Amino acid sequence: MTVRKFRQADWDEPLIFELSHKGRYGFHPPEAEEEIRDEVNVEWLIPQGIARETPPGLPEVSEVEVLRHFIHLSQMNYGVNSGLIYPLGSCTMKYNPIINEVLASHPDLIGAHPDQDSSTVQGILEFLYKLKQGYLAVTGMDDATLQPAAGAHGEWTGIMLIRAYHQDRGDLAKRTEIIIPDSAHGTNPASAAMGGFKIVEVPSGPDGCINLEALRAVVGPQTAGLMLTNPNTLGIFDHQIAEIADIVHEAGGLMYYDGANLNAIMGKCRPGDMGFDVVHVNLHKTFSTPHGGGGPGSGPVGCKAILAKYLPVPDIVFKEGKYTLEYNKPMSIGKVHGYYGNVNVMLKAYAYMITMGPEGLREASELSVLNANYIARKLKDTKGLSLPFAPEKPRMHEVVLSAQKLSEDTKVRALNVAKNLLDHGLHAPTIYFPQIVPEALMVEPTETEPIEVLNDFIEVVKKTCEMAYTNPQEVLKAPVNTVVGKIDEAKAAHPKTICLSWRRLCQLIAE
Amino acid sequence: MSRAHPYLPNSVPEIKEKMMDDIGVESIDDLYVNIPEKLRFKGELQVPGPYTEQEVKRIVSDTLERNMHLKCPPFLGGGVWPHYVPSVVDEVVHRAEFLTSYTPYQPEISQGILQSIFEYQSLVCELVEMAVANASMYDWSSALGEAALLASRLNHRETILVPTHISPSRLAVLKTYTSPVGMNIVKINIDSETGMIDLEDLKEKVKDNTSAVYIETPSYLGFAEDNVEAIGEIAHEKKALYIAGVDPISLGILRAPGSYGADVVVGEGQPLGNHMSFGGPLLGIFACNHDNAIIRQMPGRIIGVTETIADKRRAFVMTLQTREQHIRREKATSNICSNEALCSVAGAAYLSLLGPNGLRDLAETCTSRAHYAIRRINDLDGVKAPIYNSYHFKEFTVRYANGRAADINKVLLTHGYQGGKPLKGEFPELGESALYCVTEMHTKKDIDGLVTALKEATQ
Repeated sequence: MTVRKFRQADWDEPLIFELSHKGRYGFHPPEAEEEIRDEVNVEWLIPQGIARETPPGLPEVSEVEVLRHFIHLSQMNYGVNSGLIYPLGSCTMKYNPIINEVLASHPDLIGAHPDQDSSTVQGILEFLYKLKQGYLAVTGMDDATLQPAAGAHGEWTGIMLIRAYHQDRGDLAKRTEIIIPDSAHGTNPASAAMGGFKIVEVPSGPDGCINLEALRAVVGPQTAGLMLTNPNTLGIFDHQIAEIADIVHEAGGLMYYDGANLNAIMGKCRPGDMGFDVVHVNLHKTFSTPHGGGGPGSGPVGCKAILAKYLPVPDIVFKEGKYTLEYNKPMSIGKVHGYYGNVNVMLKAYAYMITMGPEGLREASELSVLNANYIARKLKDTKGLSLPFAPEKPRMHEVVLSAQKLSEDTKVRALNVAKNLLDHGLHAPTIYFPQIVPEALMVEPTETEPIEVLNDFIEVVKKTCEMAYTNPQEVLKAPVNTVVGKIDEAKAAHPKTICLSWRRLCQLIAE
Repeated sequence: MSRAHPYLPNSVPEIKEKMMDDIGVESIDDLYVNIPEKLRFKGELQVPGPYTEQEVKRIVSDTLERNMHLKCPPFLGGGVWPHYVPSVVDEVVHRAEFLTSYTPYQPEISQGILQSIFEYQSLVCELVEMAVANASMYDWSSALGEAALLASRLNHRETILVPTHISPSRLAVLKTYTSPVGMNIVKINIDSETGMIDLEDLKEKVKDNTSAVYIETPSYLGFAEDNVEAIGEIAHEKKALYIAGVDPISLGILRAPGSYGADVVVGEGQPLGNHMSFGGPLLGIFACNHDNAIIRQMPGRIIGVTETIADKRRAFVMTLQTREQHIRREKATSNICSNEALCSVAGAAYLSLLGPNGLRDLAETCTSRAHYAIRRINDLDGVKAPIYNSYHFKEFTVRYANGRAADINKVLLTHGYQGGKPLKGEFPELGESALYCVTEMHTKKDIDGLVTALKEATQ
């Protein structure tokens, strides 16, 4: 089979402001009824000094122009449902089922205000409650909040629970450190820092797992907790996890599970059984909800019973046949979101969960692992590539290859391999992460990619590496089949040329 | 069931076997050997299903339909508001290429979403009259929390002043965000008659350790602040940052924060083409002036315009990433990674559709109908609306002389109306009162119906 030809649509689309023509409307809001207008004169209503004097410089564009503009822009973009594989490691870009979108547009959901009387939103509270129950089952936790709006938001919420726990025990002044392995997602140290903790990094051993000696050396009475993702970002399950948890617990610290990689283990093992005390899960990864080009996500946080009293308010409870929102939690860390989190996203996750059921979730995990190992197997011996850190160990849901040799031999870097994939209509993997792997290509195919597409991906990577040795100049040209070629990122960030809005662009052009 | 799952193309036994053969394992569990036996989950996960698509549709729809059907949208605001979402906006955000894309780490193949978010940033800048906006925060509350942290990073001061009538949930989130850095939150008094910020009290409380002064206009209780310029001057005299929180729809007719000296603007972008969805996803607006010191401390993703290297064509990228967690780790300006990108695309489509005139028309309709409602409700015996004597945009307080606000809402529900949010729990000094909201979604007929029901409920 040969890989298909690809050319991304390119409309050379102007900015919406450049489509503006004075007097055009794209939408008519209704006018107030005549009787109301007769009675209420807006101009008289607004005190002088606070009325807007100059209308906002928004474009004036007709409906069809706005629609086409954004459809053109959408066609200049790549989605997992519209493209082929989207193997961004640690991002779990699986198929986003259409039925979930249909259900999430249900008027009984989208028209509901969060402050409505709970008697009017029993349907919503019911699915939220049931989603939480399913979440607890999958993670092996005792209680949870659905409030965090994204994974990092969940991490920080979890860190705040750890903080509250130590504070409650009068221990916070001395427990100032969170331990994080060097292979962790960047959000982990950032979230812990936002929670007011100092970060202590522990190195990974040669097998990609935590170096226990190094861990013992840094654990102590100052340890508030440890943040870990397992399987880790190398796609390797850390078999010492029970020991790690013991070391941290014995020192009085708590164990935080970054659920970004949960897709590998649903129904196979649970963070709660591994010794974790608090966990977040990215519903936009493992539970198939679309990521929308950067969000909305959803990052529910689960915890063991010892932390339950600190969870954010409100909690959804089921009492006497009714679902209600419970605010009476005096030890709670408070609120982390204005309302209850990204409820619309949660509906999609709920629909996914019951579509799969227990065996479907397990099979999804198994096939994600099968797909990743298939790619690892087919690519690890490619000239120029290697599989660092315990190549003999099976990978879980993702595999991290290194293009270090390729780069040394040919000057073709991981970045260039990525751009060549784009030219074939295949999305690139995550690159240069984890930072402990030089020239990293972090591939997470997910369970929803058919073998045919995996083979295309493998073929393109292999051919790119081959060509790097025979005709590197050709490889370095990529991408050429995308809307734009290489972009001047330095100019984008330079203090003199930085431009973050149309308003600024007009100023720069005028200068 | 032995049928291959529709979402799992490789679950066909012969494909699975071939793949296992190629890998060199005999069973899938051979790939899980690194999980110690004692940690393996042996039971069956306690989750419902599996169900077919058709069954799922029935189950989920049946569940949602246990909600009560109201006669018209709820008369509720406070941070999420019922506004119409034009069909074009829904169409745009359902495009698979936007909906199912990830953060645009590969800009060459992601120009569509990058340009859309750049346009969102640009449109917000026009709305608030600032030069910089980020790609979004989770919601108004988290934007406020991050704005406070930004202020403390910039001037290393520890106090933020907020109005006494700040939204309680925004205040709660602000507290959570700022507690680890030990910021103090101090409340500024308001005039009990008009609700306006007490400038004398403000002057007294703004000190050398004041990091920022924060106001909300329109306020949580619905009235617009008159002294927006004077408040900024007082803040700036002590070199504190001036942060304004806004409802973007109000900016169709009310002054933009950039015109009265705000340094940072936060707000809730949900009304810009996003459904209420029981409070999420929302869209945190975060904007500031083109000040390099502030820009480099900003949280979140920012899209910039630049050009291609070879042919100097206009192109868009995520920029200033050296502020962000994936590069800076614990030294990042924020931990935020996923934001509300698709909601900002909705915002871009929405503001493009309405334009300056549509937004003004919309704001006028909201405020006209709200004032019609205020008059009719205030006409009722034993009911006062609004409590504060000042201009209200689309939300207003209603005080009941007889009966509890919660009980009154129960009666309203029997007529199919969701009344205003009872305020006694949040602001005991307001007594039995409620916060109502009227928008373009409420027709005169809806308002008249509400008033008739209120009459019965308050008798």
